[in-house]
Amino acid sequence: MEGKKFSQVGRSVTRIDGPAKVKGEAIYTDDMVMARMAHGKIKRSTYAHAFIKNIDYSKALALPGVLAVITGEDAPNKWGIVPQTANEVTLAVDKVRFHGEGVAAVAAIDEETAEEALDLIEVEYEPLPVLLDPFESMKRAGEILIHENEPDNVLHQGEQLFGDPDQAFAGCKYVLEKKFYTSYVNHAFLEPHSSLAHYDPQNGQLQLWSSNQVPHYLHRQLSIVMDMPMNKIRVILPAVGGGFGGKGEASSSDFCAALLSRKTGRPVRVTYDRNEVFVTNKGRHPCHMKMKIGLDQNGYIQAVDFDNTLDGGAYAGWGMVVMFYTTSMIHLPYKVPNARARVRRVYTNKPTCGAMRGLGGVQPRYAMECLLDELAEMMGVSAYELKMKNAVESGYRSVSNLHVPHTEYKKCLQTVVENSGYLEKHGKQPFGKGIGLAGGYYISGTAYTLYLSYKPHTTVLIRVDTEGGVTVHCAAADIGQGCNTVMAQMAAEVLGVNYEDVHVVSGDTELGTFDLGSFASRVTYASGVAIKEAARQINDKLFEVAAGMLSCRAEQLEVRDRRFYSVFEPKKNIEWEKVVDVYTNTVGTLTGIGHFSPPRLKGIDLTRGERVQGANIGHSPTFGFSAQAIEVDVDVETGKVRVTKVTEAGDCGQAVNPMSVEGQVEGSIMFTLGQALYEEMHLDKDGRMMNACLHHYKVPTVMELPEMDTTIVDSYDPTAPFGVKESGEGPVQPTIPAIANAVYDAIGVRFTELPITPEKVLKALKEKQGK
Amino acid sequence: MKQQLIQLEINNQLYEIPVTPRDLLVDVIRKKVGITGTKKGCGEGDCGACTVLMDGAPVLSCLTLAITCQGRKIITIEGLADEQGALHPIQQSFLDHGAVQCGFCTPGMILTTKALLDKNPHPDQTSIKRGIAGNICRCTGYKKIVEAIGAAADRIATREVK
Repeated sequence: MEGKKFSQVGRSVTRIDGPAKVKGEAIYTDDMVMARMAHGKIKRSTYAHAFIKNIDYSKALALPGVLAVITGEDAPNKWGIVPQTANEVTLAVDKVRFHGEGVAAVAAIDEETAEEALDLIEVEYEPLPVLLDPFESMKRAGEILIHENEPDNVLHQGEQLFGDPDQAFAGCKYVLEKKFYTSYVNHAFLEPHSSLAHYDPQNGQLQLWSSNQVPHYLHRQLSIVMDMPMNKIRVILPAVGGGFGGKGEASSSDFCAALLSRKTGRPVRVTYDRNEVFVTNKGRHPCHMKMKIGLDQNGYIQAVDFDNTLDGGAYAGWGMVVMFYTTSMIHLPYKVPNARARVRRVYTNKPTCGAMRGLGGVQPRYAMECLLDELAEMMGVSAYELKMKNAVESGYRSVSNLHVPHTEYKKCLQTVVENSGYLEKHGKQPFGKGIGLAGGYYISGTAYTLYLSYKPHTTVLIRVDTEGGVTVHCAAADIGQGCNTVMAQMAAEVLGVNYEDVHVVSGDTELGTFDLGSFASRVTYASGVAIKEAARQINDKLFEVAAGMLSCRAEQLEVRDRRFYSVFEPKKNIEWEKVVDVYTNTVGTLTGIGHFSPPRLKGIDLTRGERVQGANIGHSPTFGFSAQAIEVDVDVETGKVRVTKVTEAGDCGQAVNPMSVEGQVEGSIMFTLGQALYEEMHLDKDGRMMNACLHHYKVPTVMELPEMDTTIVDSYDPTAPFGVKESGEGPVQPTIPAIANAVYDAIGVRFTELPITPEKVLKALKEKQGK
Repeated sequence: MKQQLIQLEINNQLYEIPVTPRDLLVDVIRKKVGITGTKKGCGEGDCGACTVLMDGAPVLSCLTLAITCQGRKIITIEGLADEQGALHPIQQSFLDHGAVQCGFCTPGMILTTKALLDKNPHPDQTSIKRGIAGNICRCTGYKKIVEAIGAAADRIATREVK
């Protein structure tokens, strides 16, 4: 198998951006300085829902040092990552819909002056009823609307039906239905949003440096808001301090910086305070779910019924995509022959929800893995046995048309059960100690562009010459996950050079070739396909030259360790540089270009309106899997749940950089452990956020780090470039249900609402004692 | 606001800087001196990204008024590599162990580690955890950071480098 012969892929190498980062030399947007740079600040609403009667900024404009003030009227064009539902504006026009929404922005010669100016802006509001609960919001839609054109306070609702679940349930021996709720959480990436814009009035060009993970979509949104053609705008990503989905669309800071720069003729930077990161949110959707699973007498899943009300907050954002992902995610990693999903995404007067690591999967996974745990108990078998029995295999196609070309999910389950001693421990430990098992998966590569287009999702240009050596151009976004290093490894693999020899030009819409951005765990797979194609073109040309130099046939050559070899006469070999030198001197710079388009399943043609129902995550070329066994100690005096050990096994296909994969897996687990036990944004009755800081929001610290044992299971997807799959979102999925199942094992209480706080544990224990 | 001249020794170099009574050390280092390795993740002492060493002890520069630092010796992340540019063993260890992802917590995390190892050259895992408990990392899950710190301690002990 091809996967066993790699020299650059499959090596744990240090990141190419690592040295600059440990020396403090990596430049993030807020580190940049430009001549005449001005500083922008945003005035934020003090009401969660109100008409804006008047904004008077004359006093602010009169303050010495203030260069410009803008309000919503300066940029009324609506933007949104999903064009069909775009309903956000840079700054509120006529009405504010959440507490903290921007109403005006100031540019001044320094930050202090800008802040002072904000206090001088007078905004007159006419308060409206504040809707913070999605059910209340739907109920009171006749009386009060959050958006005039959304009659039910509902962004969108959907129903998907596959097979006949009602009939299937009627024939089931074991049926269980429960409600679940997931909380309102934020990404809490460490670098706050920052945007630096430079508009040049002479040539009409705008450059924007931004802390963002989707430079292309940001580029499009800027074009809409600024009313400028895309070819007059360039988006550049300096180093990005984490994203996790939160920088997966534009931010108001981008537009305010750009508009203020155009108005003042100076570069303008807008950097958010931590408080602003929280109040502009775009984190995970709280989901009010109802799930029903039916098993036949042998324990095979016959039907799943899923109902989900997503609390979307004030604007659309990624909402429709997240909503449909939650429906699609019930079809794997177990075989589900009949399924129904009824879902709706509701507006409330909260900071908007959006994309967050493991988008749309985390919520239904919590419900499904907990229900299966309980069903196993009803049947009197172990959860392991039940999950193994229903787990998908390579080549599986779901009723919703998801195709899994390759999976090692069963191996993941088996590995964690063996490594953790799950079967020996489960149900056999003293009260207060427990172990829980859960599995999960995620897509590898997105299916569609968010606007209607069939263009390739990624293009890679590789340039080879005597001056630069190898340069890979691709506008992908390295937000800390390490894709630049992985791209260098993949290019080096095919070109027969070392990864350190490869320069990567990414995160730049002008110097990089097209890429959709870092989301949906797509970059390794997508860029891998394009890199392979581009590098092959390079090799083809260099082989011809090398063949001439070695007096042999080009098809007899191979390239490795920076040398071309004849496969039949290894004595005939020549250094890679010499061949490049000859090529450059005779022909000039050598380029190769590769593209990636996700595969299209038969019967789907968006332009003709034909779509397979439930295929919203369909066309994902492959899927990554993870299983986790998590052990907890529950302190029955304080109610505190402590995770003591996490055993994980993941199928990420061929790991390109195993050390990087481990980092993704370990990071995923701690990230989600926070949502399971600690994290939640709290709003008061007026919609004001009560804990918009990292301390009171409760991000896990190192003190919460459990013992962690992760395994990259032996896997190679023959349909994927270099055999790869995703590794940064699959391992997010099992953590919450594995913890919830472990808590049940420890104290016999099933928690169906997150986070599982000491208060909830104590209350439940008290109720249990009362019974 | 009225400015006052203060002297700060940053990374073994003396600076004279005009500051107002409300200027924070993090802003003075980043904006007035122009050394931007020190990061501002929260501005309220919660995340530790702004940690610098002041007379050898870790301080949160976002909670420290610059005007109170007259004459103090400050080491930022840029002052850790040696004069020939070789990485400090802690920096090297973070690199080798994959303890860096987005890199935003890294400067504060490394400087906190430096202070920890100066005080306790052979920390056990609990001491390492306690030592960096005030520094938030959202990417790595901390495991590789803890490993990197343990390995750095060993490396420093065997090579006797400080």
